[in-house]
Amino acid sequence: MMLATRVFRLVGNRTLSTSICLRGGHGVAKVEDYTLPAYFDRRESPLPDIKFVQQLSPEQKSLKEKEKGSWAALSKEEKIALYRISFKESFAEMDKGTGEWKSVVAGIFFFIGFTGLVVLWQRKYVYGDVPHTFDAEYKQKEVQRMLDMRINPVEGFSAKWDYENNAWKK
Amino acid sequence: MISAAVMRGIGTLTRTRAAFTAPLAVRCYSHAKVETDEEFDSRWVTYFSKPDLDTWELRKGMNTLIGYDLVPEPKILDSALRACRRLNDLASAIRILEAVKDKSGPHKEIYPYVIQELRPTLQELGISTPEELGIHKV
Repeated sequence: MMLATRVFRLVGNRTLSTSICLRGGHGVAKVEDYTLPAYFDRRESPLPDIKFVQQLSPEQKSLKEKEKGSWAALSKEEKIALYRISFKESFAEMDKGTGEWKSVVAGIFFFIGFTGLVVLWQRKYVYGDVPHTFDAEYKQKEVQRMLDMRINPVEGFSAKWDYENNAWKK
Repeated sequence: MISAAVMRGIGTLTRTRAAFTAPLAVRCYSHAKVETDEEFDSRWVTYFSKPDLDTWELRKGMNTLIGYDLVPEPKILDSALRACRRLNDLASAIRILEAVKDKSGPHKEIYPYVIQELRPTLQELGISTPEELGIHKV
């Protein structure tokens, strides 16, 4: 550290500043907004890098002067004003919910409903007739065939049919 | 007839290496010294008590402290509030109280206790709590 300061004294501060001047003042890059410290309201970082209000009005400036004295002399409104100069939202305001969930649920119901309409339309206009195997007469013959074959006679289909009385078991 | 297990047991007992006779409680933990709660508290009280603490150091200290998995002791907060007074920053003092309430989470009894402990300091410095100013709710 000491060595560096001695070098600076040898080189002379003038050479550093004149080098930029020689280049016509274009040596320093423009400071972009996003490179500067920003204000954030965060629960996990209660004191942000900068105050919320950067340009103070004359009343705010005089309030800031008053802040240097006893705080007991400040009224409630003045204290709140000082808080609002430094911070945008209080913890209660930053933590409050947005009610966005209501929009989400409404959207869900809407699109499910719309899908239902699409399905009904499809049934009417897109799908053709069902196969003849769905006809009531055919189904009756099918059931009779299954009973004749003794499908699942122990615990399943035919087990529920009373062969003596030719009816389903009660 | 001595069983094989007993023979093995006798064999290990005759060896005097600490690993075999050491009690179960000695595990392979790090030997670094663990900071006690009191040491932690006094370290932070000292941090905020620096007479020429600047605004950056106050912000850095508070944000770091809030980052820990604990609610700071009233004595640490007292030191931080006095630092706010030295820096003429009432807004930060109120913010610190808000942050303590937020840090307590579901344990609703912590914040009233902290305020109760800090009451003399709050009165001395003239700091109002967020509840007194009405900013504790939307």
